[in-house]
Amino acid sequence: MKQNTNISIETDNLSLWYGKFQALFDVSSRIKHGMITALIGPSGCGKTTLLRCFNRMNERFSSVGIQGQVRIMGKNIYDADVSLIELRKTVGMVFQRPNPMPLSIYDNVAFGLRIHSPHGKISRAKEAEAVEKALQEVFLFDQVKDHLDKRGTGLPLEQQQKLCIARLLPLKPTILLMDEPCSALDAEATEAVEDLLRRLKEKFTIVIVTHNMAQARRISDECIYMLKGNLIEHNKTAELFVRPRDKRTEEYIEGRYG
Amino acid sequence: MIVGLIYVCGVSAIIFVFSIFYFVWREGAPFLYDCFDFKSFFTSPEWYPTSVGNKRYGILALLAGTGSVTIVAMLIAVPFSLGTAIFIAEFCGKKTKEGLKIVIELLAAIPSVVWGFIGLMVMNPIIVKLTGAAIGLNALNAGIIVGLMSVPIIVSIAEDSIRAVPDGYIEAAEALGATRWQTVYKVILPAAKNGLLAAILLGVGRAVGETMAVLMATGHSINVPFSAEFPYFHALDSVRTLTATIAAELGEAPRLDAGPGGIFPPEGRHYQVLFVIGIVLFAITFFINITADLIVKGIRNKQ
Ligand SMILES: Nc1ncnc2c1ncn2[C@@H]1O[C@H](COP(=O)(O)OP(=O)(O)OP(=O)(O)O)[C@@H](O)[C@H]1O
Ligand SMILES: [Mg+2]
Repeated sequence: MKQNTNISIETDNLSLWYGKFQALFDVSSRIKHGMITALIGPSGCGKTTLLRCFNRMNERFSSVGIQGQVRIMGKNIYDADVSLIELRKTVGMVFQRPNPMPLSIYDNVAFGLRIHSPHGKISRAKEAEAVEKALQEVFLFDQVKDHLDKRGTGLPLEQQQKLCIARLLPLKPTILLMDEPCSALDAEATEAVEDLLRRLKEKFTIVIVTHNMAQARRISDECIYMLKGNLIEHNKTAELFVRPRDKRTEEYIEGRYG
Repeated sequence: MIVGLIYVCGVSAIIFVFSIFYFVWREGAPFLYDCFDFKSFFTSPEWYPTSVGNKRYGILALLAGTGSVTIVAMLIAVPFSLGTAIFIAEFCGKKTKEGLKIVIELLAAIPSVVWGFIGLMVMNPIIVKLTGAAIGLNALNAGIIVGLMSVPIIVSIAEDSIRAVPDGYIEAAEALGATRWQTVYKVILPAAKNGLLAAILLGVGRAVGETMAVLMATGHSINVPFSAEFPYFHALDSVRTLTATIAAELGEAPRLDAGPGGIFPPEGRHYQVLFVIGIVLFAITFFINITADLIVKGIRNKQ
């Protein structure tokens, strides 16, 4: 059973409805630990929806119906006894638009620690250490160390997005979900963030939604191709782009590459 | 054509405001020129504008009356309104929300004189019973009434500003595992704080300007309900406010023209000084509204 131990996220016949509209159809997948898995597919195919199932962010919308299972570390996160708070500590999320909270850079990174320590109490020193470490890990510390008290929302977009990644790290998540994290960034910033992801992937399971197939090819180890709410193909990236198993995958890839 | 009409409306609104101000100014100006003493006007609690031998025009007690009613009103309205706004914007379901909003709007639709009536007939005996005060018409009574009257405006502006907090902030906090409460007080309230401040200021403006209900519920007697010793503030004192003074006395104050040599008869000063109070009120509410406006603008520029 060697294979099973490095499965990080596992979905079983996962279906999701927004009201009457079905957005996911029986999605079954196994996403492995320690690598980057990209979710690709045309607009509206349900990539974001699937991603947001992994930390139950879809529950923010009323009238969302879900069937099937999502197991993280072998535990179905839709079971009644699962703590949403603990789940979101383990599964961090980065959004399409960088969204630092309207707090200082320092407070943005310390936010997670504070809300998860009992009574919001945590020693100053420990907190400062964790903040510095997190910022180091995303290679942001040197740029911001002299103005940690400035607002995170005032940084350039690339640094904002790095900050949004950094604020997840003090909570020691095992999974990072990223929804088109580079779509608001220019080419250079995109490269910087991609570099960062490559370095982070040893420690985390990274699932990234992207519209940009070149990007999926550059950074992902495995790829999931989705179409109209169905999982069409899940394969090693090298395979999927060179020898797609499914006709529809092939059409999609070729359509983009001419 | 329609654009022209809108333009005319806009311009005439400005003209109205200026002509009102001009009118108030013109009526009050003779007093300001002839017998206005800045110091005694603002620092003397002696308001005897109709005394035959010794007319005194000190509005300190009236300012204190307005201040005391406003303080009580805000002590009640601010927590209540902000709580309601947070609840409406973040915690309740759609149906409760609709219901609550209707109730709040209803609150705004109750005429001022009805509020005054409630103060007179309902609050008055209750306050007497609960506090043992000799009379229930006082700063506390009027404060409660005016507080309730300010609730709708504070709630509606506060709710708007809470809802204007970008969803991205909220998602960010929730995705980090923040509970609803943590999200509200660590992210939403700080992000909305300028709007909340503006809401409170407009509530203050509302409280300062309220007239009829205050006239009926304060007891309308001249008192400075503050003291240098504990308990500093005597909410159970009857007070009189700036607005109520104007409303109550203007009818009996004759408007007399200047006699020969441009000298006004002393009996005409009462009328004039009431307009000076009007100018003071104008200045206070203008200042409050401008501040609120600037705060709101500040928010917009930042986003
Ligand atoms: N909150 C919602 N309520 C109703 N329908 C929704 C909601 N969110 C998404 N949908 C619908 O579900 C389908 C899948 O949306 P989703 O956002 O997951 O697609 P996507 O693959 O991420 O698209 P994109 O590449 O444009 O981001 C779309 O048809 C969309 O219109
Ligand atoms: Mg999407």
